[in-house]
Amino acid sequence: MSDNLAEKNKRLVRKLVIIVLLMFGFGYALVPIYDVFCDITGINGKTNKTAANEIVYKIDKNREITVEFMTALNESAPILFKSELKQIKVHPGQYYTVNFYAENKTNKPMVAQAIPSISPGLTAEYFIKTECFCFLEQTFKANEGRTMPVRFVIDPALPDKYRRITLAYTFFDNTEKSVKK
Amino acid sequence: MKKTKQLLAYLILMALGLRSAYASDYTLNLMKGVTKVSNDIYDLHMLVLWICVFIGIAVFGTMFYSIYHHRKSKGHKAEQFHENTTIEILWTIIPTLILIGMAIPATQTMLEMEDVKDSDMSIKITGWQWKWEYEYMSNGIHFFSSLDEKSNQARQLNSGINPRSVPHYLLNVDNPLVIPINTKIRFLFTAADVNHAWWVPELGWKKDAIPGFINESWTYVEKPGTYRGQCAELCGKDHGFMPIVIIAMEQVDYNVWVEEQLVSAKAAANSANKEWSQEELFAKGETIYANSCASCHMNDGAGMGATFPAITNSPIVTGDIDGQIKIVMNGQGMMPAFGTMLSAVDFAAVITYTRNGLGNSVGDFVQPSKIKSLLSAVPEDDD
Amino acid sequence: MSAVAVENEHTHDAHGAEKGFLRWIVTTNHKDIGTMYLVFALIMFFVGGTMALIIRAELFEPGMQFVDPQFFNSMTTMHALVMVFGAVMPGFVGFANWMIPMMIGAPDMALPRMNNMSFWMLVAGMLLMASTLFMEGGAPAAGWTFYPPLVLQTGNALPFAVFAVHLLGISSIMGAINIIATILNMRAPKMTMMKMPLFVWTWLITGFLLIAIMPVFAGAVTMLLTDRFFDTSFFDAAGGGDPVLYQHIFWFFGHPEVYVMILPTFGIASTIIPVFARKPLFGYSSMVYATIAIAFLSFIVWAHHMFTVGMPIAGELFFMYTTMLIAIPTGVKVFNWTATMWKGSMTFETPMLFSIAFVVLFTMGGFTGVMMSLAPLDFQYHDTYFIVAHFHYTLVPASVFILMAGGYFWLPKWTGNMYDEKLATLHFWLSAISVNILFFPQHFLGLAGMPRRIPDYAVQFADWNMVSSIGAFIFGFSQLIFVYVVIKTIRGKNCEKATDEVWEDAHKHGLEWTLSSPVPYHTFATPPEKIPTEHL
Ligand code: HEM
Ligand SMILES: [Cu+2]
Ligand SMILES: [Cu+2]
Repeated sequence: MSDNLAEKNKRLVRKLVIIVLLMFGFGYALVPIYDVFCDITGINGKTNKTAANEIVYKIDKNREITVEFMTALNESAPILFKSELKQIKVHPGQYYTVNFYAENKTNKPMVAQAIPSISPGLTAEYFIKTECFCFLEQTFKANEGRTMPVRFVIDPALPDKYRRITLAYTFFDNTEKSVKK
Repeated sequence: MKKTKQLLAYLILMALGLRSAYASDYTLNLMKGVTKVSNDIYDLHMLVLWICVFIGIAVFGTMFYSIYHHRKSKGHKAEQFHENTTIEILWTIIPTLILIGMAIPATQTMLEMEDVKDSDMSIKITGWQWKWEYEYMSNGIHFFSSLDEKSNQARQLNSGINPRSVPHYLLNVDNPLVIPINTKIRFLFTAADVNHAWWVPELGWKKDAIPGFINESWTYVEKPGTYRGQCAELCGKDHGFMPIVIIAMEQVDYNVWVEEQLVSAKAAANSANKEWSQEELFAKGETIYANSCASCHMNDGAGMGATFPAITNSPIVTGDIDGQIKIVMNGQGMMPAFGTMLSAVDFAAVITYTRNGLGNSVGDFVQPSKIKSLLSAVPEDDD
Repeated sequence: MSAVAVENEHTHDAHGAEKGFLRWIVTTNHKDIGTMYLVFALIMFFVGGTMALIIRAELFEPGMQFVDPQFFNSMTTMHALVMVFGAVMPGFVGFANWMIPMMIGAPDMALPRMNNMSFWMLVAGMLLMASTLFMEGGAPAAGWTFYPPLVLQTGNALPFAVFAVHLLGISSIMGAINIIATILNMRAPKMTMMKMPLFVWTWLITGFLLIAIMPVFAGAVTMLLTDRFFDTSFFDAAGGGDPVLYQHIFWFFGHPEVYVMILPTFGIASTIIPVFARKPLFGYSSMVYATIAIAFLSFIVWAHHMFTVGMPIAGELFFMYTTMLIAIPTGVKVFNWTATMWKGSMTFETPMLFSIAFVVLFTMGGFTGVMMSLAPLDFQYHDTYFIVAHFHYTLVPASVFILMAGGYFWLPKWTGNMYDEKLATLHFWLSAISVNILFFPQHFLGLAGMPRRIPDYAVQFADWNMVSSIGAFIFGFSQLIFVYVVIKTIRGKNCEKATDEVWEDAHKHGLEWTLSSPVPYHTFATPPEKIPTEHL
């Protein structure tokens, strides 16, 4: 093989290896890209992860939206978890506070995280929470039970075709994970 | 058309000598189903199928004509053309038009399927390894639905039971989902452990159930009947054994069913307070064990490897009763916490059964009322 | 291949092959490495095939007769991994090693030492993967797609399976880099890009697909590993992750991956059909453009594997339309092959038989592909036996048939001996008939409502499952004929000697046919002066 060719091969291989590394990085970059995508398109109905500021909207008294509350436990986490209301009729633009109750059924301290999910997913961007127990991990003392408020508003920009929104929370028992940390 | 196809299939099977005494009724095609959506899907399916058949006849016909006539053994001399712009443009444009023709009805059906507004009731469906949980959002009716006992026995390795002797083998459950007809029902899906998918072909779709998230879908069944389906997303060992059964009934019958459910839920709550004998609990425990425990710990309690330990002679089961109750209640490793899944009576029954059956003979047992006090988490409706 | 080696040791002492066993370990000769890849692929084909027969034996009748459900799931998972990463992909890399230098007039691959390394890494990767079968908790059983959270329930095997994927990935990436470098830098001066045989073109594009997707897959499985052992939460909802994200990343890799298996198939078919039609390939340049179009589209269709996952309607429609688009360049290819046969002077030696079967049966897989691309229909078809039928039509009577076709086509050139045409024809007919008995009824099963990846089924599915299993056993055992024919041809006893041209007028179609049969150990030390330009 002539030196010339070897040199050419080397240059090409270098370029291809750079592509490989970039693509490996791209695989990881898909994680934040996906999050942005979810925000735009409402995949999986992810709601805002940190408290929104309470802005004043014009209340639309003519429209009534039913908001339904659903609670779930992952791997039957030993938690008693209920929403005080099954559903509530709301006007877009008005703020509401609803309560959830969670109780640690074990006689050990527990760390748990509630994951919110909204359906239809596309309504997530109009469902704004200013207060929620899902923003942070919740710590419970042994057998402790607690009422936790969620304060939310529906952006009046919500398209007309949506009349019913379901807000679901799944509690995950993260005690083991946080002990390891 | 359908008849001819069935006949053809029958002939093929006969030729293979397969149509034995147990002729089972199979189908060759998608089912039409019992909703407008499922019918639209069926029509679209048939449309595309026929388009494909016709294109296939045209392409393969040309090819076989050529294979027959343009062969060397027939003395055909090869021509040397290798391009023809006109025909190349044609066979790009025509398929494009055909595809557009398919895309239009497909888009319409898709939009229809996504339209969840104006539903009359909601049912929450949770996928578990390996059963379904149903919760009617409006009236609080709530139950688990797992493979029926007969199928479950027959499907054990070398069970010796002929599956054909089991009615609706692998497509039957202990507690079917009951819905009213002519009602727009919204389903909300989630899962408690791994991904599952809820599929009843007669409704026309399946939907994934994903832990931590909810998905929704709707149906509007017009015909009363029993419709069967299965989990359609690999979810572990017993993925093939978590069927779905829906019974669709007239609104009045449905109302009666709801009434019954509410009454028996009350009765179950009360029975937790009464004093039970060991024999009563033991007898009840046997079925609970078969439904909730045997899939991992095996029917005879022998377990399976290190992941699924044996019940027979287990130090935990034969040890202190409170220790065993705690593990069953809160789960451990791969084992889910049954505290939220079983009623107090069922829970006490299965504890009693495992301590005194399956080769164990500890002799003690526990009252449902005690379990109840440990477990205010039992979903008892208070609102 | 010993015949090749022996001859060269006499003529070319200085540059000949090493003697004995060591030759195969240290070799950097593209022909030796090609042979090793092909032999390895064939062995893996039988390993994966045995697993498939275990699956089909369990499914022969309703009820559980042979294996427990967990092991059944391990079998479906390992079958797919072995077939994809151990049989089909290495098979095509084997042909690339053997043929690309000879087709473009190069003396060897651009990076011979890396070539050797990528082969042995493949072996190591597959052995590691196979070793998980014997680990506590069993081999991975969550499907070849490795979806979390289920895959995180795998026993001790998980980290080993992930490292195996890493090794296989690095091996494929090195192989791809080598092939790209060979094609771009090593061509004979007169071999311009638009004169390259289509097999070379399709591999060039496949090479780029591989370096784009294998790193993404490696990243995805690494995230699984850190989720399980290092408390990251890429796919764990409890920590703010999302299991659906994995599916997106996986199929971003997975869809182009299926084209990695089919593009070289197209290439070999496009090489074989003109030879036996005694005509130039129809629409050479449109074949090249169609391949590029397919490769490009394969990056924007991935979520058609996820229509039921709960995507917003815009997503469903976008992925539906892009998937439908793929049918257009695919159609162009099928039409071109048909037009190549049209008004030719065809003969039907075994490579041609397999190629014709490929065109027909692959097209059937394409039809079901179009049906599934319509999102509302996929809500019924998804995760049923209809899907199983679809991808097996695109993989078995397509990719695998063309691997066989390529074997029969070039074996005489490599060994200098003609294969036994009678036995080969028998092999073809048994395979072509049984493959349809095996997979066609699976369309019915899927439509009738049988989900995939289940170890037992309701009794109304019994008849067609039995038919399918019978087909599977006939197909499986028929492949032993292939092994016998190949061994017999290599040994050369009682075989007709092959001419240099092997097939009538083949020298008009490719450079490899201008060499002597068997090909010398070293070829094209000086670039060829004349190149066949028939396809232009
Ligand atoms: C006309 C071209 C094709 C179209 C339109 C098409 C379309 C599709 C679609 C929509 C699916 C997803 C179905 C589902 O899971 O619900 C699918 C699955 C699949 N296709 Fe294709 N396909 C085509 C060609 C191919 C080719 C050429 C191959 C491989 C050589 C292939 C291999 C597969 C595989 C392996 C799967 C299943 C993956 C899995 O779920 O494990 N397809 N195809
Ligand atoms: Cu499942
Ligand atoms: Cu795909």
